[in-house]
Amino acid sequence: MQNGNTNKIWELLNTVPDPEIPVISVVELGVVRDVSFLESTYIISITPTYSGCPAVKTFTDDITNCLQENGIENFKIKKVYSPAWTTDWMSKQTKEKLRNYGIAPPSKTVICPRCNSKNTALISEFGATACKALYKCTGCLEPFEFFKCI
Amino acid sequence: MSSLFNYTLRIADSSLILGQRMSEWCSKGPTLEEDIALSNIALDLFGQANGFYEYAALLDGKKSADELAFLRNEREFFNHQIVELENGHFGNTIVRNFLHDAFSFLFYTQLANSKDETLAALARKSLKEVKYHLRHSSNWLIRLGDGTEESNEKVQTSLEENWQFIGELFEMDEIDTKLLNAGIGVDNTALKSGWDDIVNNTLKKAKLSRPEDGYMATGGKKGMHTEYLGFLLAEMQFLQRAYPDAKW
Repeated sequence: MQNGNTNKIWELLNTVPDPEIPVISVVELGVVRDVSFLESTYIISITPTYSGCPAVKTFTDDITNCLQENGIENFKIKKVYSPAWTTDWMSKQTKEKLRNYGIAPPSKTVICPRCNSKNTALISEFGATACKALYKCTGCLEPFEFFKCI
Repeated sequence: MSSLFNYTLRIADSSLILGQRMSEWCSKGPTLEEDIALSNIALDLFGQANGFYEYAALLDGKKSADELAFLRNEREFFNHQIVELENGHFGNTIVRNFLHDAFSFLFYTQLANSKDETLAALARKSLKEVKYHLRHSSNWLIRLGDGTEESNEKVQTSLEENWQFIGELFEMDEIDTKLLNAGIGVDNTALKSGWDDIVNNTLKKAKLSRPEDGYMATGGKKGMHTEYLGFLLAEMQFLQRAYPDAKW
């Protein structure tokens, strides 16, 4: 893979799951910002979701492993901060995957991923990972996680 | 030491030290949800500090981000004194964080327009998180202030005790002025009126009274600290000091 086919790299990266939400890939999450080919090296730009997200280290290792397993050695992973990561980059399909997984996707109205009720209440601004808050449904009474809008 | 390096280090130091204070709450939060919240805030602050330290390390070219965090002494730290104060009870932590979060929110809003692209990018990133922290500390301050007689009394006392540390936030020294004139730094003095608005509005909702301005502590940006920072560093830096270059 010395030919600079960045599409192939995107395809491979799209198979690397988010370490904490395995139903979506690092590409779908919007962490991979750019893939370019410069002086025989693929430059993969990634941006952290939250500054202190512990998954960043795992993203980097998982991307490295995935590319190496596919025989690609000529790459560098670069961390970029601008533009700052936002949940606006998530596609409808990705949001749907989150919902099916039981996590309410980022949106203005927090909808219960189990019963679709809009009657939900905040339990805590922070959840099990930096990107999520804890909610409960006042319809079906189930607690659930909400992917925070940032 | 270049002014830009020093300026970047100050921002990183305030985030790191406040992050270390937040991490002390891990496993000791008043409720499980709050324990998670405080630990999450610690993570955000460590992440922000790491970004600024990496940039400082790049500017300096001598010390790595880790070395800057773990191998400097008390007098070489340039954080605001308010972030190094002991946590005290939960209400006290909320008061201290609220006063500093309101400042950080305004500071990063301005720094986001910096001519220095790296500082601007780090500021925009940090701003998203700090907004969330400010919402968290404001909501708790209102709940505690407008809670029971005891909770109101406790946070009012904390407010009086922390007040002497707010003066420093709005100071300008020669480094601040130099970078402001270069279009890189922030005019701290100009942040005061916005800060007053946030604080006055929240205190009103919380049924708390704003303390009178009296003696104001100063010196954090010059490496002068309260007695609490040394103990904090002793704990935070222990591993790297006892086992240099230890990794896991």
